Amino acid sequence: MTTRTGSSPAPDPTPAPAAERRSWLRDHSELGVCVLLLALGVLVLTDALTMDVDITQRGPVGPRTVPIVVGMGLLVIAALLAVDVLRGGRGEAEGGEDIDLSEPADWRTVLLLSGIFLGAAVLIEPVGFPVAGALLFWGAAFALGSRRSDRDPLIAAVLSLITYIVFDKLLGVPLPGGPLMGVL
Amino acid sequence: MNALNSLMDGFGTALTPLNLLWAALGVLLGTAIGVLPGIGPAMAVALLLPVTYGLDPVAAFIMFAGIYYGAMFGGSTTSILLNTPGESAAVVAAMEGNPMAKSGRGAQALAAAAIGHFAGGMIGTILLVALAPTVADLAVDIGAPDYFAIMVLAFIAVTSVLGSSRIRGLASLLIGLTIGLVGLDQMTGQQRLTFGSLQLADGVDVVIVAVGLFAIGEALWVAAHLRRAAAEPIPVGLPWLGRADVKRTWKSWLRGPFIGFPFGAIPAGGAEIPTFLSYVTEKRLSKNKDEWGKGAIEGVAGPESAASASAAGTLVSMLTLGLPTTAVAAVMLAAFQQYGIQPGPLLFEREPELVWGLIASLFVGMVLLLALNLPLAPVWAKLLRIPRPYLYAGIMFFAAVGAYAVGGEVVDLVILLIIGLVGFGMRRYGLPILPAVIGVILGPNAEQQLRRALQISDGSVTGLVNTPFAVTVYAVIVLLLAWPLLKRLVIRGRPRADA
Repeated sequence: MTTRTGSSPAPDPTPAPAAERRSWLRDHSELGVCVLLLALGVLVLTDALTMDVDITQRGPVGPRTVPIVVGMGLLVIAALLAVDVLRGGRGEAEGGEDIDLSEPADWRTVLLLSGIFLGAAVLIEPVGFPVAGALLFWGAAFALGSRRSDRDPLIAAVLSLITYIVFDKLLGVPLPGGPLMGVL
Repeated sequence: MNALNSLMDGFGTALTPLNLLWAALGVLLGTAIGVLPGIGPAMAVALLLPVTYGLDPVAAFIMFAGIYYGAMFGGSTTSILLNTPGESAAVVAAMEGNPMAKSGRGAQALAAAAIGHFAGGMIGTILLVALAPTVADLAVDIGAPDYFAIMVLAFIAVTSVLGSSRIRGLASLLIGLTIGLVGLDQMTGQQRLTFGSLQLADGVDVVIVAVGLFAIGEALWVAAHLRRAAAEPIPVGLPWLGRADVKRTWKSWLRGPFIGFPFGAIPAGGAEIPTFLSYVTEKRLSKNKDEWGKGAIEGVAGPESAASASAAGTLVSMLTLGLPTTAVAAVMLAAFQQYGIQPGPLLFEREPELVWGLIASLFVGMVLLLALNLPLAPVWAKLLRIPRPYLYAGIMFFAAVGAYAVGGEVVDLVILLIIGLVGFGMRRYGLPILPAVIGVILGPNAEQQLRRALQISDGSVTGLVNTPFAVTVYAVIVLLLAWPLLKRLVIRGRPRADA
């Protein structure tokens, strides 16, 4: 059985061929979730079955049992989800206050944000939280479409510095100050 | 009355100047963050977790109580003035509240919501005081098989009561259980899913999972679909109610809690169902049926009161059984675990100062909520105009602070981003978030109880069903599982409605 035959007997009438193709692609892409669940299941099962439990087994249920159940569950759910998707079932994308689902996903922004976040994570220890945090905020605001090159960095710097002082000095939650705080 | 004495002691704890300050700060922070569009109570609590790391547990939970109630109230303000609720419990508030705001009665809608929250929270907390010690006493005797049964019930309830697809709910639960498996096995010290990494041997911190799924996942998801022109909030003045409005709404305020409280206490999705039930009830009982849909004030008052009371109900199961029934309770449970405190029947005996201080501060928080939020409503309304790039950049920023504060390790930030990407994918494909969080938090605990029960029975499966309590719980589970099948038999033949 292929996805094409699976989606064609769906009773709902499709308004336009372009929309039909896009929705077919969307059906198709959810199979990616099944593949990921399947891979996760295999991973969990492999880990459980290669576990060396002879010494550590205590009681009738060892450390393997639950991972095996979870792993099997993942495989079963991956299969069930695949069947559901092929039958035309579709996961409902989450709506929200600032979400406009009528336009296609903006992958550039998502990748950019992830990259900026990773960059800040790498920088936090060498340059300290105030600088890395400010870069994170400014970068994220830029990625999300803010182009006020005067206001954005100022807000980022103030927010980051205040957060650092409040957490590190007032609340007793240590954050790395970095060389900048060493100078001040 | 023992409970009353303990409560008086609790007030002694809650009313110290410093703790009052924490409660007020919690209410203000919770409301401010709850008002911000796109941030629900669960994300608010998760993002504010690190603020409490440096505090002692009593102060931390007093602050949490304020954040919880504040965030719920903030969410309904957003619903009323923006009409695009991001959070399911606030959907009902928009149904009558937004038409009211549009027709220039926004001040009355906000007042009805604020007083509704106050009434619901008060009645709910009184019920909590009356019931929680009793439940805790009863629960002291329950053993491993009973706990395991309750947790299975929680798993089944979050996957099958909520959301439109059980398969997707189960997939989410299994993802959560898998994350919960990472680390050392609690009973034998066996490494599981660590791939030899030392960092993973400690397991993935629940706070990182919660912040990743709720905050980073949401920020990335919004980034992919950001509305070009943000919805315009309706300006509003100081909330107030006329005599006629009070006459119409006081019964609704009092009815709401009795719908909300029981639903909060059971794992049925928190405030979503009771707010809707309250809405339907108020509509049926209303004398002004023609106003419904165009801004009936009872439709704001009743559901808001029910929502607030359901939060109190949630605390009953969370404090007495260690069973989180909502996302917020799940995050709060994570916070308890952070302090090495295990909520459950023994909590009332072991940590009386903490529990009763927390409960007393709920009353205090409620009064503060009303006293602060009525005059501050116009300020909160201004928060709705925050430029969206700043809002979501701020969420990413504070998520990073929270994850880093957990252990001061960069690898936590990387794990946070990965879990955030998982949360993004889950939102894209309609996998609900709550089952995953419940899976991470309850999974390891459920496994322990299961193994303990089977150890006692020497491996015999009957050891799981040898108490009347466990049997009752399993009967409820079977009923929950069978219910949609029965319903499907009735409506079979109709064409399937796709999303």
